[in-house]
Amino acid sequence: MKKQKFQATKINPKRFHPSQIRYLILIFPVALFMLLPLLYIFNHAFKPLEELFYYPPRFLVEQPTFANFTRLFKVTGTSGIPMSRYLFNSIIVTVLILIASVIISTMAGYALSKLNFKFKKVINEINTIALMFVGIAVVIPRYLIVEKLGLIDNFFVHVLPYLAVPVGLFLVKQFIDQIPNELIDACRVDGANDWQIYTKIILPLIKPAIATIVILSFQSVWNSADTSTTYINDDSLKTFAFYMNTLTTGATGVAGQGMAAAASLIMFLPNLIIFIVMQSKVMDTMAHSGIK
Amino acid sequence: MASLLLTQRKKKGVREKQPIAYLFVFPYLLMFAIFIVIPVFAAIFLSFTYFDTVRAPSLVGFSNYITILTNDDIFMQYVIPNTLKYALIVGPGGYILSFLLAWMLAQLPHKLRTVLALIIYSPSLTAGITMSVLWKVIFAGDNSGYLNSVLLNLGLIVEPIIWLQSKEFLLTIMIVVTLWSSMGVGFLAMLAGILNVNQDMYEAGYIDGIRNKFQEMIYITIPSIKPQMLFGAVMAIVGTFSASGIGVALSGSNPTPQYAGQLIVNHIEYYGFFKYEMGYAAALSVILLLIVYAFSRFAFRLFGSKNE
Repeated sequence: MKKQKFQATKINPKRFHPSQIRYLILIFPVALFMLLPLLYIFNHAFKPLEELFYYPPRFLVEQPTFANFTRLFKVTGTSGIPMSRYLFNSIIVTVLILIASVIISTMAGYALSKLNFKFKKVINEINTIALMFVGIAVVIPRYLIVEKLGLIDNFFVHVLPYLAVPVGLFLVKQFIDQIPNELIDACRVDGANDWQIYTKIILPLIKPAIATIVILSFQSVWNSADTSTTYINDDSLKTFAFYMNTLTTGATGVAGQGMAAAASLIMFLPNLIIFIVMQSKVMDTMAHSGIK
Repeated sequence: MASLLLTQRKKKGVREKQPIAYLFVFPYLLMFAIFIVIPVFAAIFLSFTYFDTVRAPSLVGFSNYITILTNDDIFMQYVIPNTLKYALIVGPGGYILSFLLAWMLAQLPHKLRTVLALIIYSPSLTAGITMSVLWKVIFAGDNSGYLNSVLLNLGLIVEPIIWLQSKEFLLTIMIVVTLWSSMGVGFLAMLAGILNVNQDMYEAGYIDGIRNKFQEMIYITIPSIKPQMLFGAVMAIVGTFSASGIGVALSGSNPTPQYAGQLIVNHIEYYGFFKYEMGYAAALSVILLLIVYAFSRFAFRLFGSKNE
């Protein structure tokens, strides 16, 4: 009898069982609260102008149209720079950061997990402390350093500050820890050098961790307008996230809201799609995320 | 032969040093130093100076800290109470909520769980500030705002409320919005952790006299996933403070209306970028970093395995 009860309520069950309904009752309102704003943005973005003017406002779109998106693409900011330019900047910046941060953190992760050197322990400990680092707290000294390095209004200021991500390195290193040392020793015996071990053995084995850094970096970069507002004065070098922010602060009024919703959707969807595609890999990495 | 040597060395624990490792860590360490370590030390140094960005910084000892603690009325009256209220609700509140959600989701079958987890996680993809457009429309101050229109229709209010400029509501709205987007990496880590707890542990627990799901959670699940709990806690703390600039994004002004949503982060930016008192702003930064560090130490005390 007792055994049966345990089976019915176990963790990670294979199929649905009535005993799970109580959890659904609790989760459902939360999920609804999480979902509503997103549904709202989705509906708002596809509303034609007259529906945006409805009073009282209606939640669902009745006659969906792409009008907000076409207006968004046609409108140019006060500086006369077309939206496509901002989008282009964002894509270049994001791609550069993803490639560079994956290379940098997997290389460091390999060394900090599998190689033996004097400062290994210290660096790992410092990185664990750096998990607590809140970038927003040091905006001012960071600004002064960027200025000293002559990076103000330089395209690379979008990229460089995002390359060292303590959480990314931490997750990669934890993941590499799972790879048996015997495997690496065996490769060494076969005459492989460290670079070969890194490219041929480590990288293929840690794809889930790589997917996770990609997602984390993508989120922070794609959504961030901070670099553009803080370090860039030249409008042609700013990014899409910045442009979005100007839309939301500048273009008030109902038509502006429709465009802003369309722009938010363009911001949000790539995040969502990438996450859905990679979610099983992320969960795989997260299983090793613990700080011991 | 070589492999024999290797295993022998390993047994003795004297594997030779591999200096090539420095090449592998160098790019990371360089970026880490420039954009994380040096800014932190620069903040500490500047916090002991007066610096207006025009003339070189001049040392002033502890006077910035003394001013903050004794003479900054706005800091003591608004910034600290706001920050504490915000951080205590969003931090521990959001953390406990994300653990409970993860735990309940783990009791559901795979497909259903994946869909619900995705819904709960997806707001964190919006990273708060860029989505402030959404909240601006929902909380718009005229009667076209969603919330106002709903409340007017229900007859709960007679006049539209200017939510985002209001002294009473701004901080609450900030807390709701941040909680909405706070089920992020930490939530996923705890979910993955719970799903990976060895099933035999539960079976053994029931034989040893665990009687209900609550006991199961307290005596088996949480102790088994302590490392993930700690990671989740650190992520919750960092996320809470990183998102705390949201008051300015929502209300559109720094300082926020009547300082209703003024948090330390906004106070730093106000002194740094509007008043150009870099030394003073740096001292505020150091205080913020110390607060974050203190919160994290507490989390380590709760869940860490190392004794300190």
